[in-house]
Amino acid sequence: MNYNYYPGCSLQSAHKGYDKSCRAVFNSLGCDLIEIEDWNCCGATIYMSINEVTALAVASRNLALAEKTKRDLVTPCSSCFTILNKANRFIQNSIEVRDKVNSCLAEGGLNYNGTVRVRHPLDVLINDVGIEIIRLQIKIPLEELKIANYYGCQIVRPEKGFDDREDPTTMENLFEAAGASNVYFPYKLRCCGGMLMTTFEEAALKLSKEILECAIENGADCIVTTCPLCQMNLEAYQNEIHNKYKTKVGIPILFFTQVLGAALGLSNEELGIDSNFYRCKKLVEIKNKKSYTAQTVHSVI
Amino acid sequence: MKIQEINIPGKLTRKESVLRHSFLEQVDTIPGGEKIKSCIQCGTCSGSCPLSYAMDVMPRELIALFRAGDIESILRSRTIWICASCYTCQTRCPSSIKVTDIIYALKRIAMERRIYAKKFPVHSLSDSFIKSIYRFGRLNEPRLMILYFMRTGILKAFSFIPLGLKMMRKGRLELRVSKVKGIDGLRKIMKKAEKLDIPFEKEKLPFMPEAVGYKSVS
Repeated sequence: MNYNYYPGCSLQSAHKGYDKSCRAVFNSLGCDLIEIEDWNCCGATIYMSINEVTALAVASRNLALAEKTKRDLVTPCSSCFTILNKANRFIQNSIEVRDKVNSCLAEGGLNYNGTVRVRHPLDVLINDVGIEIIRLQIKIPLEELKIANYYGCQIVRPEKGFDDREDPTTMENLFEAAGASNVYFPYKLRCCGGMLMTTFEEAALKLSKEILECAIENGADCIVTTCPLCQMNLEAYQNEIHNKYKTKVGIPILFFTQVLGAALGLSNEELGIDSNFYRCKKLVEIKNKKSYTAQTVHSVI
Repeated sequence: MKIQEINIPGKLTRKESVLRHSFLEQVDTIPGGEKIKSCIQCGTCSGSCPLSYAMDVMPRELIALFRAGDIESILRSRTIWICASCYTCQTRCPSSIKVTDIIYALKRIAMERRIYAKKFPVHSLSDSFIKSIYRFGRLNEPRLMILYFMRTGILKAFSFIPLGLKMMRKGRLELRVSKVKGIDGLRKIMKKAEKLDIPFEKEKLPFMPEAVGYKSVS
């Protein structure tokens, strides 16, 4: 299966590990991610707050580029996922908006009819690849790894997508297939503060603190997330959170593709795990144990 | 679906009726935007909002203020800039009001009219953001931060230095921007789109009947 791949800006700079691991996981499951040529920034949530038509036009340029190839568009970034979906929804909803957007796109020699499906890697993994196929591909079962699955805001909301909007379970199913156990984590959809970490830090620190606290209290070894911005907020500000609230911190924050990739037997190098601030000791342990047993079995044979 | 004019009791100032007009036009392009008429003031939005504790005007009050004909107070509040767009209110609203999208509409009006909350420069990030996209077609986070701090006070930038160094050690601080090859085409698209965005200033205001009675829910 082939997909159009839209990495988005943050996967090019601060979150190369997500980009790498996403490509590696899809590759090992036999899916091809073909990067859209010359994509531009989707405008993120911020552009929508300035100019509506411009925001839609900027996002639609990518959709128009993807439409030429007649493949679904896959984007791992939650913000890109929402914005591209939103642009799609606005354009499909009203002919007036579509004409406006198309008259802008025409300036760049493009046209968009609203036919591209914007999808999240989780959706593709569960619904296209299938959980049973993934289960068969697991090389290192993640037994004893306790995971807090954090979805963040923007992949299941606002419109009904591939999962429930109040209690999504896609990641739980995925990691159950990978042999891990999921801890009780009621904060899985709670906002981490998003861009407020730059603009209104005290509010964002409080929100992130609550999420970290909940995961630690429920005994998670790591938080697994789908969103680059959440990963950054939860990981990079743990010192500030500790200084301000004196709570226990130091929990590793991984991308779901990194953990799944580890279960699929991919190397740390391929998954970009070393670029994370905190190492997940449990995951390293599991990997070492497994490669040790694999070695001994090999030598016995 | 066009939103019918929502009349409110009392007289509106000219400024307020301009704001109201542009607000209704913005809401009109939101799919399902007309649902704003059916707000039952239950407060589910305020109760669900993870940030409402920091807001001066609750999400429920936004709609109440709009109905009361006081959009200017909404724009002067911090609320619209505190919204982190997590869409919880929009998902839970029993009347399917697109609360988050409506807050976006209010942000756009505030940006255009330059009406902001005092001492709360959150909107500056948006300004810096567009500049970045216009120049490269893609966003570079460290550059965006630098632009933002140059506008809002360079002192705060120092508190980000330890984080920057840590990111650099992990190879996550990328100052090089991969510019979009078709940047000229993208700029043309953006220029054209900015022209198409409803230009309230130049457009002649339609006749606004002075309000008579409350007949919003029809």
